[in-house]
Amino acid sequence: MKPKPVTKIKAIPWLLAFVALLLVAVPASSDAQVPIKLWHSYRGAEREALDRLAQEFTKQNPNWPVEPLAVPYDAFANKLTSAIPRGHGPDVFIAAHERLGDWVLAGLLAPLPADETFDAFFDTTVEALTWDETKYGYPLAFKSLALFVRDDLLKGNAPKTTDELIQTCERLAKEGLQGKSTNPCIAWEAGSFYHHGPWLFGFGGGVFDSDGNPVLNRPENQDSLQFISDLTNKGFLPQEPTSALVTQLFEEGHTPMAINGPWFIGELSPDLPYSVHPIPSVSKTGLPSTPFLTVEGALVSSKSNNMEGAIKLARFLAVEGAAPRLSVAKQAVAYKQAFETAEAIDPIVKQFAAMVESTVPMPNVPVMRAVWEPGSRALRAVLRGATTPEAALKSADQQISIATRPAPSAANPMPLLLGLAVLAIGALIWAAKRMRSGDVWMQMKSAKHAYLFLAPAAVATAVLVFVPFTVGTAVALFSHHQGTFTYVGFANFINILGSTDYSITDPLSFWFTLAVTIMWTVVNVFLHVTIGVALALVLRHPWMKLRGIYRALLIVPWAVPNYITALIWKGMFHKQFGAINGLLAAIGLEPVSWFSHFWTSFAANVTTNTWLGFPFMMVITLGALQSIPAELEEAAEVDGASPVQRFFAVTLPMLKPALLPAVILGGVWTFNMFNIIFLVSGGEPDGATEILISEAYRWAFTRQEQYGYAAAYATLIFLFLLAWSMASSRIQRRSA
Amino acid sequence: MKPKLTKIIGWNLLMIAACAITLYPVLWVIKMALTPSQAFSLSPNPFPDTVSLSNFKDLFFAKDLAGNWLFGHWLFNSVVVSVATTALGVTFATTAAYAFSRFVFPGKKIGMTLFLVTQMFPGVVMAIPLYLLLDTMGLLDSMVGLTLVYSTTAVPFCVWMMKGYFDTIPKDLEEAAIMDGAGRWTIFAKVILPLARPALVVTALFSFMTAWNEFILAATFLSNETSFTLPVALQRYVGDYSTEWGRFAAGAIVVSVPVMALFFALQRHLVGGLTAGGVKG
Repeated sequence: MKPKPVTKIKAIPWLLAFVALLLVAVPASSDAQVPIKLWHSYRGAEREALDRLAQEFTKQNPNWPVEPLAVPYDAFANKLTSAIPRGHGPDVFIAAHERLGDWVLAGLLAPLPADETFDAFFDTTVEALTWDETKYGYPLAFKSLALFVRDDLLKGNAPKTTDELIQTCERLAKEGLQGKSTNPCIAWEAGSFYHHGPWLFGFGGGVFDSDGNPVLNRPENQDSLQFISDLTNKGFLPQEPTSALVTQLFEEGHTPMAINGPWFIGELSPDLPYSVHPIPSVSKTGLPSTPFLTVEGALVSSKSNNMEGAIKLARFLAVEGAAPRLSVAKQAVAYKQAFETAEAIDPIVKQFAAMVESTVPMPNVPVMRAVWEPGSRALRAVLRGATTPEAALKSADQQISIATRPAPSAANPMPLLLGLAVLAIGALIWAAKRMRSGDVWMQMKSAKHAYLFLAPAAVATAVLVFVPFTVGTAVALFSHHQGTFTYVGFANFINILGSTDYSITDPLSFWFTLAVTIMWTVVNVFLHVTIGVALALVLRHPWMKLRGIYRALLIVPWAVPNYITALIWKGMFHKQFGAINGLLAAIGLEPVSWFSHFWTSFAANVTTNTWLGFPFMMVITLGALQSIPAELEEAAEVDGASPVQRFFAVTLPMLKPALLPAVILGGVWTFNMFNIIFLVSGGEPDGATEILISEAYRWAFTRQEQYGYAAAYATLIFLFLLAWSMASSRIQRRSA
Repeated sequence: MKPKLTKIIGWNLLMIAACAITLYPVLWVIKMALTPSQAFSLSPNPFPDTVSLSNFKDLFFAKDLAGNWLFGHWLFNSVVVSVATTALGVTFATTAAYAFSRFVFPGKKIGMTLFLVTQMFPGVVMAIPLYLLLDTMGLLDSMVGLTLVYSTTAVPFCVWMMKGYFDTIPKDLEEAAIMDGAGRWTIFAKVILPLARPALVVTALFSFMTAWNEFILAATFLSNETSFTLPVALQRYVGDYSTEWGRFAAGAIVVSVPVMALFFALQRHLVGGLTAGGVKG
């Protein structure tokens, strides 16, 4: 039976009733369904396991559907600190405990219920997620370093002490296969302070003194540095050991032993025969070499609007989720019982779990984050033989004390506000005067077309560039400490410009870095333009039949994301295994230790950036060449001008209008080219090849989140570039 | 005028050498993408030993909990944002550059300087204020917000570039058009823009790439897996302790191929231009 058509008039009351119902129903249904946002940076199998648990939780609690989001690790911390306070953050997030202190002090985390018991978890993992005797997260899994041994290569037992380790290495060296510099007997990322942790504790040293202040320079720590330096000098440990190198050496059988964490399993071929053991204890002290423990916890946001559901989910992931995470994602889970109930436990994971009680939770105090960078620098300085352990640690202590120095005292913002007000009034008066006196207003009226053409770009840039910049720059007048900003006036600038912390000739001082940055910019832009223009000049000739293909191939460096290509270049510059030293060896030259000396390290950065930057200049030139009428050059040729004369007298002047902005802007971009410095040299040696922007980054993110100080760096970068561009435009006008 | 054959061969050999040096590091990216292992390749041999498409498959067939085909979403978002950025950026830039190139007006010099100055703002200080701004405008988790931010990032360079090119276009052409009674907009659209094709191609390519490769801001602003762009998805392979290099390399190739294709398609506009009338060699 067909339904009777409803006439329009009759439908209206129905519609109204329906709308009314909706109005009532909407709050009711949203009350019934409150989604729980879960942020993490898991990948692969760990992510799959988590997604499955999220589905499971949703099935059990249909009113609280879980919405997981995998955030790139690089952006994770920043995203949390911007999103949570503004209510856009997750309800629950999974993160390593390392930043717990920062987050608690910034008010991002909700404490867990006081009546919750944590007996079912490994003690060290609970301890890691505790701040000021309050628990802030359910421990999910832990990660620590261990000794990986290739069972097929290492005959006999895995070394239990450092003496046994050295004996094993000497034996392998004698037997011929190992011990050569290309065949080290053990590999780990020795230049990273995190990886050095076991030796620090094994030799009886550590990071903090009894008062909780970081002090690295002590005899025990010196011994540990001497130990790795000796291993390197004997050829037992590879030079410049990066994580990529460690993987390759172990995977390809060049080294039978490696020290690495559980993530190593995912990088190795599944059929590789290996086992995991405790890191050899230190014979000299008899102490175990205890690695740092990283605990991943399910943390609850303080701004969650569904606290009950959030805590329930965090608990669910840690407890009910433990067994699946253990068997599916091969996580070393913190929930003890899972090791009895899980269906399948990977033997390697079991070996890792057996070591958990002999680890030291990585300190979760904010001050620890100021230790990694100087600590790693000290290690690298000793490894390349540039300095003694004592001197290296002493300099590290100095760097730590500077990074943790007390914030400048709070200042009264009134003088600045008054000054700004006076300036603003002055500017207004000046503008009004000019408007009235001259014929500026008439000029402006007659040029209204110009303003119309200009308006879209000007408005958009004003709103989206100048507003955020002003806000960002204002931060330079503040000091940031654990989530609160204090107005300090110009203290940050005075400190930087006055080189209060480092003497002017120290590689870490502002002025030294500025000089390096200027040199970096000049050399790069020169090479970009020269190579780019030269290639473009060749590629425009019609007789270059393949020029379409050449052009397309030559822009490849610009097209491929530079994150990966920069790291490939870094690999090519490796001292022992890099392609460039291989090439040098092939033509009979000595291998160069690229990142041990300022100039070679600088050259490596420049080479990489030149490779990345020339295609852009080439494309610009190809475009600009089209504005040159061919007759001009033909005429010059007929007049008997040589190709070089033609280029400088005809082509270059015609290229100038288009090339000049590219050069100025290219200079600005190179000045702030963070990625290459950070990824290729990483500032080595001793931070000398750092440029201003990478220093600003380090102040903001690796040295106690000194956002104010970093913003002051950024402001100085801006002022410097501004001054330079004004000066250069003046010179241009004079020469024109 | 065709040069001697030996010279042609010599130049070609030189270009082949330049291409080889340029492509050498990129071969590693291809090698890593085609190797099933997730390790970073360090051997000097840039050619793959084994060939497998598993890394590409992982990227292409990724699905979320609701069964959404993620790669499709990412690609779509990237294309939408990049094309919109290009359109908006080039519009902003050509109009503004025209004003700077052809008009005399109070504030011209300072305006040019201000555009240049925006490029000097280090990104470190911009991300969080931009987040707050987009949040206030309600554009935080949206393609519109991202497009606006990207186009303003690209505009200053494009303005300078276009102005430089406009300056080389002889003014007589416009004067003739004015004589014919054409208005400012007509001259701009019908006379100037067609002549500025090479510069338009360069700025379009630049705007497109600004949006196409950016991931830090996108990762900070977007909070929904289906609204991610390709580089954000790609950056997720970089982890805390280790990176899935095979998948990252596969993604890097997928990201760079459209740029190269675009350049290849557009490059014929880079030649031509004002050479008409000249004696071609």
